[in-house]
Amino acid sequence: MSVDSRFVHKIWQEHELSKMVPGGVPFPLLSDAGGRIGAIYGVYDEAAGVDIRGRFIIDPDFVIRAMEVLTPEVGRNPAELMRQLKAFQHVRDTGEVTPSGWEPGQITLKPGPALVGRVWEVWKP
Amino acid sequence: MPELKEGCVKPVRGPILPASPSTAATQAAPTQEGRAMQARVGHEAIDFEATAFIEGVGFQPVKLSDYRGQWIVLCFYPGDFTFV
Repeated sequence: MSVDSRFVHKIWQEHELSKMVPGGVPFPLLSDAGGRIGAIYGVYDEAAGVDIRGRFIIDPDFVIRAMEVLTPEVGRNPAELMRQLKAFQHVRDTGEVTPSGWEPGQITLKPGPALVGRVWEVWKP
Repeated sequence: MPELKEGCVKPVRGPILPASPSTAATQAAPTQEGRAMQARVGHEAIDFEATAFIEGVGFQPVKLSDYRGQWIVLCFYPGDFTFV
């Protein structure tokens, strides 16, 4: 989503994105005219008149699970997005919690009184 | 949803905020308060409707809540044809 119109999105897809991604990006390119939606999500820069880099993970219950907001100069890390998505999906499916830097297949933690003061025994960063 | 009948100006609903006595009166002209950040982790996402270009479909209004029940990644970026 950006403040560009749907017409600009179409030309961007045809002239550039389709040369980076075969067939073009498959997801909707949304138009946020006037930054009204970006403002509500806390990413609209009024002075520049654009939405800055904001990224939100929303779960199947429509609850926001994660947000990351960067000023425009630095691009995002899709690998970290995928890591967070997999971790939130794992937590939702199992009720376990994932420690720092968790990747699928690594140890998870089961919070409870028995774990207090003993995380060091089960999790070695 | 059917493809839009195309025109130059196509109003969409933008943010769809829960109706409350304080916002109902200001919906026609959003106030500064109406534009304040409302997104918070652990809270329900704010629904919206925006026009979109979708590959293979064309121009179509999209509501965020159309995707309720799935995992959603919502990304904002400064502009088409930018470098980063």
